[in-house]
Amino acid sequence: MGGCLEAMKPEIILSQASFKEAREYIKKNVREYHEVEPGYKIFDVHIIGVPPLYVGIEGEHLIFPYTKPCHGTFVVKVPGGEELARLRERKGK
Amino acid sequence: MTENDNGEKTALILLGCPQVPVQTSMALYLMHGLKQRGIRPVIAGTTAARKLMEVADPGRYYLDEMTDLDDAIDEITGKQRDFDLCFVFIHNDSGIAYAGTMAYISKARLYALLFGEHAEELAGEIEFPCEVVAAKAVHNPMPLKRRLDEVMQQWAAVSKR
Repeated sequence: MGGCLEAMKPEIILSQASFKEAREYIKKNVREYHEVEPGYKIFDVHIIGVPPLYVGIEGEHLIFPYTKPCHGTFVVKVPGGEELARLRERKGK
Repeated sequence: MTENDNGEKTALILLGCPQVPVQTSMALYLMHGLKQRGIRPVIAGTTAARKLMEVADPGRYYLDEMTDLDDAIDEITGKQRDFDLCFVFIHNDSGIAYAGTMAYISKARLYALLFGEHAEELAGEIEFPCEVVAAKAVHNPMPLKRRLDEVMQQWAAVSKR
């Protein structure tokens, strides 16, 4: 896991899933979500996969797919900080 | 500036998790083929995948530049660099996800090299533009080598025209 993300001790919502399963989880279970392009960076990790890729917002937290080459895709939840505003500013893009 | 400004062709070889034995062997074979054609290979992969390459080629006959996966993606998304060709080694869903990302962020001609027990099923998951090179190869690299040879022969045919 990216060092920065790991230090934030993310809550693991879904583990060792496919990137499509992660996409569906966020779409079905998170009320506010935003589409991002592959390679979009949150903290020190890239969002990896085939479009559409979604990043969710729940309160002050971000919920997003995190893909590891050996262990599949995880859906993680971390405090969003400044990333929340950056994500919302993209609305309509 | 992109990689191509000096006229040298470059290829990014993106290595996945090295748990399937044929990956390191096939990556070295691919680098050999690229170098023979004057194309400079750049390896991006996990730490373990890169260490396997370093140990397999201590004299650096084939290995040139190696980089971290995230650093490579940063450079491409930041428009600091791109490649003429990109080969993604795939044996699991994460590999498909990385190849799909490369299809989106890079202008390189993309090759999806699928191997392992479920190569054919994984190939069916690909929904983005790329050339699929798939063979059920786990311990024995020859099925994938034969498929890759066919692709490299096509390059030779094109370059002779």
